[in-house]
Amino acid sequence: MEIKKIKDNVYSVEKEGKMNVPVRIFASEKILNKIKKDNSIQQAKNVACMPGIYKQSIMMCDAHQGYGFPVGGVAAFDTKNGCISPGGVGFDINCGVRLMTSDLTKDVVEPKIKELINELFDHVPCGVGKESRIRLDDDEFDFVLNGGLKWALKNDYANEDDLEKCEENGCMATADHTKVSPRARKRGRRQLGTLGAGNHFLEVQYVDEIYDSEIAEKFGIRNKNQIVIMIHSGSRGLGHQVCSDYLRKIENDLPEIFNNLPEKDLAYAPTGTELANDYLGAMSAAANYGWCNRQIISYETRKAFARVFEGEKLNLMYDVAHNIAKVENYEIDGEMREVYVHRKGATRAFGPGHKEIPKIYRDVGQPIILPGSMGTASYVLVGTDKAMNETFSSTPHGAGRLMSRHEAMKKFEGESVRKQLEKQKIYIKAASIRGISEEAPEVYKDVDEIVRVSDEVGIGKKVARLRPLGVIKG
Amino acid sequence: MKFEYLSHTADAKFRAFGKDIDEAFVNSALAMFNILGDTTDVKITKKIKIELKEKNYESLLYSFLEELLFLLETENLFLSNINNLKINKDFSLNCIVEGDDLQKYDLKGDIKAVTYSDMEIKKTNKGYEIVVVVDI
Repeated sequence: MEIKKIKDNVYSVEKEGKMNVPVRIFASEKILNKIKKDNSIQQAKNVACMPGIYKQSIMMCDAHQGYGFPVGGVAAFDTKNGCISPGGVGFDINCGVRLMTSDLTKDVVEPKIKELINELFDHVPCGVGKESRIRLDDDEFDFVLNGGLKWALKNDYANEDDLEKCEENGCMATADHTKVSPRARKRGRRQLGTLGAGNHFLEVQYVDEIYDSEIAEKFGIRNKNQIVIMIHSGSRGLGHQVCSDYLRKIENDLPEIFNNLPEKDLAYAPTGTELANDYLGAMSAAANYGWCNRQIISYETRKAFARVFEGEKLNLMYDVAHNIAKVENYEIDGEMREVYVHRKGATRAFGPGHKEIPKIYRDVGQPIILPGSMGTASYVLVGTDKAMNETFSSTPHGAGRLMSRHEAMKKFEGESVRKQLEKQKIYIKAASIRGISEEAPEVYKDVDEIVRVSDEVGIGKKVARLRPLGVIKG
Repeated sequence: MKFEYLSHTADAKFRAFGKDIDEAFVNSALAMFNILGDTTDVKITKKIKIELKEKNYESLLYSFLEELLFLLETENLFLSNINNLKINKDFSLNCIVEGDDLQKYDLKGDIKAVTYSDMEIKKTNKGYEIVVVVDI
């Protein structure tokens, strides 16, 4: 396969065979060489063959092999003559990140970091099988699925400002709880407000560098050493089961599509079919659950901060999904088109003026939160008009894995990773010490390089760099 | 050897072996639960009967492993053994799965889902080999 350099940090695989559009890869040469090592480019070529795809099948700088779609993949399909794909969203529907800002500074928090992290660990359930303390009856659970953060607001887990600063205001109107199976409900029932395990985390960080002080100020990031809190989690078992359910429905109801796919996880429902509408309803409900999940974790985080730092209040900067499909409008070949943008491991990055950006940020652009790996930096970026034209308003979602979990387990030992982090003054508390080895900083790509590429290409401009002080993990 | 782990960038991939398809299914389940923790030293306190029917071996394997993930999350089942697993000619499966409450063990990682990615069910001269990738 020929990979052509278009310009710095942009590569292309031209149309061939059944591809409807070319593949575009946004990466530096160094990262491209890493991307080439797995099957992700072939997966992006498979996506390019799907019906109703516009312009290009996109791979972000943090792309790696997924199942069906590559992780770090973006594709837009026509809402009338295209498709919607559970595999294009991924199993963890509305996996995403939020950032909260505080008025505290590093010198105040650092001496108390162990107390704070232990307090957070005691109140935010994390790890395999750790249950939520919240029990809801059927009607309340339907409200979570249909109303998202509206449910959280009504039940005092959220304030008005939280809703204003969340993607979709924390509620996708397309949600339909009746399209979520009893199995999915049952999996999600005892997990609302739990962090999960794997790469999900809650991190207490400090502002290490500010690149654009005007925009940073808008986002509530005022000074170096200011303390912020990052939460990375998703829709837990409920979302995983929704994806699985609809993959199987496509297998059973649309065999003529399913049996002819290059990879079965690429399963899609053509737009206009009942299955496409049902999946959109169920996926949106799972997304709403995901926002409530991160909101309840925030609620516990706020209480923990208020206990340790005498009434300290935390403000939501922004909450953004990185596994989701959204209805959006773009000018394509001179015409406005409505599309389903699938972001599987990619962050929405609307430029200034977009009506879906919270009012107070609208003149500068949408905040983007890009988490690094454990022990490395995370970033705040801002969306751009260029992203609108080049990547359907998308930018990378994180560092992107480099090494398999199995390999990481053989190479790193949990306890020594913990000690190494402690030497860097990062205090970690994990439900499973063995799980830490799989998330060692070395198993991820270099997040600094990924952010540099986004900034240089112009699909997400650097605003601030954050570094961890303390982490809780599953 | 019952199973081995293979390299996969983001997720977990394993190959399970069996002298027949039944045993290969059992070992696939054990391979999946060993991602979370060691299944060799688990007290049996839970026994659950499973009955499934599908159209072919691949869908049956997907449904079987997915059912086990469902039991993991809804019944807190840390699976360590499977009794009397039988796959019939009409692609129906029945068995009794056994294990303990997962809260009692140091388990790591979340298995989010079973995938069809790189799934293989292959007849060999020694029996059957199964390859599965699960999303973590």
